[in-house]
Amino acid sequence: MAKIPTPEELSNISFQPPAKGWMDTKPEFKEGCYCNAASPKWLEWLDYPYPRNWSVRDEDWKLPANWKEILLEGFDERLGRFRTLKLFMDICVRCGACADKCQFFIGSGDPKNMPVLRAELMRSIYRRYFTTAGKVLGKLAGARPLTEDVIKEWYYYLYQCSECRRCSVFCPYGIDMADLTILGRELLSSIGLNIEWTMASVGSCYETVGHIGATPQAYKDMIDFFAEENERVTGVYTNVTYNRKGAEILFIVPSGDYFADPGTFNYMGYLLLFEYLGLDYTISTYAAEGGNFGYFMSHEMGKRLNAKFYEEAKRLGVKWILGGECGHMWRVCNQYMSTWNGPADFLEEPVSPITGTKFENAKNHKMVHISEFTADLIKHGKLKLDPSRNAHIKLTYHDSCNPSRAMGLFEEPRYIIRNVVPEGNFIEMPSNTIREKTFCCGSGSGFNGDEYLEMRFRGGFPRANAVRYVRDKYGVNHLACICAIDRAVFPPLLDYWVPGMDVIGVSEMVGNALVFPNEIERTTDLRDRPLVGCEEAEEEEGGEIE
Amino acid sequence: MNLIDFLREHEAAIVQRWCDLIFGTYAPETVQFLKKVKNRFDNPVAYQTNEGVKGLYKALIYDMETEQLSNYLDEVIRIRAIQDFSPAQAVAFIFLIKNVVREQLREHFKGEVRIDQFSQELFDFDCRIDGLALLGFNVYMNRREKLHKIRLEEVKNKVSGLLRRTGMSIDYH
Repeated sequence: MAKIPTPEELSNISFQPPAKGWMDTKPEFKEGCYCNAASPKWLEWLDYPYPRNWSVRDEDWKLPANWKEILLEGFDERLGRFRTLKLFMDICVRCGACADKCQFFIGSGDPKNMPVLRAELMRSIYRRYFTTAGKVLGKLAGARPLTEDVIKEWYYYLYQCSECRRCSVFCPYGIDMADLTILGRELLSSIGLNIEWTMASVGSCYETVGHIGATPQAYKDMIDFFAEENERVTGVYTNVTYNRKGAEILFIVPSGDYFADPGTFNYMGYLLLFEYLGLDYTISTYAAEGGNFGYFMSHEMGKRLNAKFYEEAKRLGVKWILGGECGHMWRVCNQYMSTWNGPADFLEEPVSPITGTKFENAKNHKMVHISEFTADLIKHGKLKLDPSRNAHIKLTYHDSCNPSRAMGLFEEPRYIIRNVVPEGNFIEMPSNTIREKTFCCGSGSGFNGDEYLEMRFRGGFPRANAVRYVRDKYGVNHLACICAIDRAVFPPLLDYWVPGMDVIGVSEMVGNALVFPNEIERTTDLRDRPLVGCEEAEEEEGGEIE
Repeated sequence: MNLIDFLREHEAAIVQRWCDLIFGTYAPETVQFLKKVKNRFDNPVAYQTNEGVKGLYKALIYDMETEQLSNYLDEVIRIRAIQDFSPAQAVAFIFLIKNVVREQLREHFKGEVRIDQFSQELFDFDCRIDGLALLGFNVYMNRREKLHKIRLEEVKNKVSGLLRRTGMSIDYH
């Protein structure tokens, strides 16, 4: 008789305690669970090392002949340059506080996604080549030799860390896995191992307007379209100027807000707010990408792309920079920009021209977050808002990892939300899933490639689970956020885990609620959805998008 | 005592054991976590699996509609369909209940009563589990198809703003 596995055998085939230890267990690259290799074209554009055609599924990754030497020299050099790296390699006491805090571990059940073990992938190499105990005792001291399999393992797991920093909140020593991931990815990049999604975006941003490779003309065309759309919905045409020298403020957004829904509606919200205020601002077609995917592959590339901000601010002669709703852009701006490309002594300390508020927190890097700017306007009573226009939106708020954990932006978005939706329409998710403990969307740091869908859905499960709770218990129908990656990846993620949820930016709701003196009667929101009480009128007119 | 009474009486223990076996399909370090952390938001895989299994078991021992069965199956399979499991591994947990029930019977009666006293009822029960497994296959396929649809939608949505600009119709809502 043919041998047929029993359900018990089937269930446990790959999942019994492995006969081999973690060091000897190789990752298996399955469809949907790895990021594609970067095409050589992008590396050539960027003058990055070892461009070549290779595939993750191939046995031979075509590493340069002296790859080991390059990598170890790079490791050594970074140990000297980054005190964090040296500390994080040495001080972990394996207390396990971080172990179950990573959403990729929680969602995938793969123990190598426990931050402590993910870091161990690098530590084992550090011990072997840079500590006496490791050199002498080898495996006994937790050391192992650097092999191609180790490199593949790094590639697999360092691209399962979304650099969200949730684990660092729980680590008693403050070990930041994101820092290790960034440096590990740099080392991989030094031997020509990069991912397509990131490299394509970086290459495009380096050569053109932003990540999607739009031309300045196409970018302008999109923004002009938003101005027309605003006029159609509200009766107010939102004037925009481009590359205007002498403007007071330079406004920079992530590209997700101008080419993909629902970010586009957020952009309409920004424009409405600025028109309402009569703000003296301009948009650049050069510094037109707030997002910085360079930061996902190396500090050097992050710095290179970020340089556009100050260069353009200087060229245009603006006083300060206002930034849109973006995630990691704000980690870059708050924690790196001043040292990478500063000092920005040609800019002034940001002051709101409407309220006179000095944004002292931005004294150094001269960049203000749109949520800080808007919350300040509301606090000073400068905006006439009609929350009933958002009555169809019952929402919860997702703290995007970087604005929350990298800049402590917790209150401002909530304050805005409370002022633009009717009382009782804003419901918080449970406390262990928000603010500094927020769960990642599962797609930060370059994971939104469609080839990576399944892994993303594992990482995003804890967040979706909390969203589901407020949907089921309170009838929440929208998830609000202040990050373009969130706006791009939550719709598919929630469609799988929590169907029936819409995703919305905070500025879009501001745009809905703003009352202009010269507006037409508003019957829809910015997405052409009927406002509460206007459903019938919409039906009579057919409610179609023209 | 007939089997159904036994199954109802020992509901908590059987559900617990079934869940533990499902957790046992993960790596050992993960099993510890799944069993230990009780907060539903810190440990959503365990919570949702548990809820699904509880519902499934209730559906088995009380009368429930097929749709409800499928919904409970979906709670568990929705997770396993995107994790590192083969299709067979993703649904194999359904069969594990057969052994759990036998284990419980043996443990409870400790030789006083021979299990084959329940043989006809066990056979009927097993048949229902086989049917459940077939439903599980439907649920698994629905989930995988859903994934592919989402992937397609995502590709379209990536450029939806541009499409709207060109006047091409999109169905965003």
